[in-house]
Amino acid sequence: MSEISSAEWTAILLSLRVAVIATLVATPFGIALAWLLARRDFWGKSVLDALVHLPLVLPPVVTGYLLLLTFGRRGLVGGFLADTLGIVFAFRWTGAALACGLMSFPLLVRPMRLSIEAIDRRLEQAAETLGAAPWKVFFTVTLPLALPGVLAGMVLGFAKAIGEFGATITFVSNIPGETQTISSAIYSLIQTPDGDAAAGRLVIVSIVLALGALIAAEWFARRATARLHGN
Amino acid sequence: MLRVDIEKQLGEFSLTASFASEGRVIGLFGASGAGKSSLINMIAGLLRPDRGTIVIDGETVDDTAASIHVPTWRRRIGYVFQDARLFPHLNVAQNLDYGRRMNGLASDPAQHKRIIDLLDIGALQGRRPGKLSGGERQRVALGRALLSRPRLLLLDEPLGALDEGRKLEILPYLVRLRDEANVPMVYVSHDVAELRQLATQIVMLKQGRVTSFGGVKVLT
Repeated sequence: MSEISSAEWTAILLSLRVAVIATLVATPFGIALAWLLARRDFWGKSVLDALVHLPLVLPPVVTGYLLLLTFGRRGLVGGFLADTLGIVFAFRWTGAALACGLMSFPLLVRPMRLSIEAIDRRLEQAAETLGAAPWKVFFTVTLPLALPGVLAGMVLGFAKAIGEFGATITFVSNIPGETQTISSAIYSLIQTPDGDAAAGRLVIVSIVLALGALIAAEWFARRATARLHGN
Repeated sequence: MLRVDIEKQLGEFSLTASFASEGRVIGLFGASGAGKSSLINMIAGLLRPDRGTIVIDGETVDDTAASIHVPTWRRRIGYVFQDARLFPHLNVAQNLDYGRRMNGLASDPAQHKRIIDLLDIGALQGRRPGKLSGGERQRVALGRALLSRPRLLLLDEPLGALDEGRKLEILPYLVRLRDEANVPMVYVSHDVAELRQLATQIVMLKQGRVTSFGGVKVLT
């Protein structure tokens, strides 16, 4: 197999940029939601839980279409954002990041939630008796103990974001250099005569990135266990 | 020092307690299920009384009639649990310093040294809680609570999870604490011998009621 071409590099770098931004923006929301689902009881909790998981079970093309309706230039939110803040998602790489962030959100939240649930609440109580206000308890006890789970969630979310296809292509199409990620580049290549070699190279890149992310997530999970046992 | 007059319904169990004490060490004595832990948790603010008042050092921290409930973190208490509950992600020195940091207190090297010497925990400072013995853990927990400079120290069966040998190892530290640390304590135990050595006043609980209150003599 020959070397990776510059067009392929463009797709790889765009995928990385989209996935990094999607993960970084989704993380604070993910932590907040994970904490809410793990630690609070409130009306509508099961509905919220279902909503978070919805992108996992909904056909990606449906999610992409809903994004287009909401965040497109004529969409309710998209129109507002474009007019007031000048932020445009439709057919831009930012839209790809939005689609990837949403699609990877369930995978990002899950390890975070599990690691918060695994923390002994009596440690948080002890922190309170030592004079820590609830928000200090969160930042000095809950979050540090959940950190390996938070990182594992970020890694998984990133891996999912980098491979996202259906919602992205529906929402922002397949524009080389703007919205053409690794997945949509492969999709184009296998429909082109003589595209097999290039598609093969991108397939290998995908497999390497996905495997690397899974191994990293596993490593963080083991760190979490060691941390909770105080070693 | 401490005034308690509360009622609390916990499922089938009802707890009613009323006493006032100026003692240095108030021993809460009773069999398991008598309501000792619920009572101490109410003093700590971790549990809310259905009715009544709790006054610590002249400050009303609970008054249901006036809708007063000071949250735990603002009560300036120290609490030593049966399971030490040290923070596993922090080493011993960081655990000891936690209360001071959270309360935004200036560091007081003299007091710090005094408490560390009193409890003999100087050599443990760099270790992680997972690498400590049960007795060491409990001494660090005592130090951590004291270093947050509480006005009242609550101890809920602090020796309960230790075997006989370890208990005898910790007990002298508690006696020294009572005589030298100058912090009033509420000490929960179902062990008569322990309370005889430590308490200056006894509140005896039986099935959610105070059955006697007075000097250590009531234990006989």
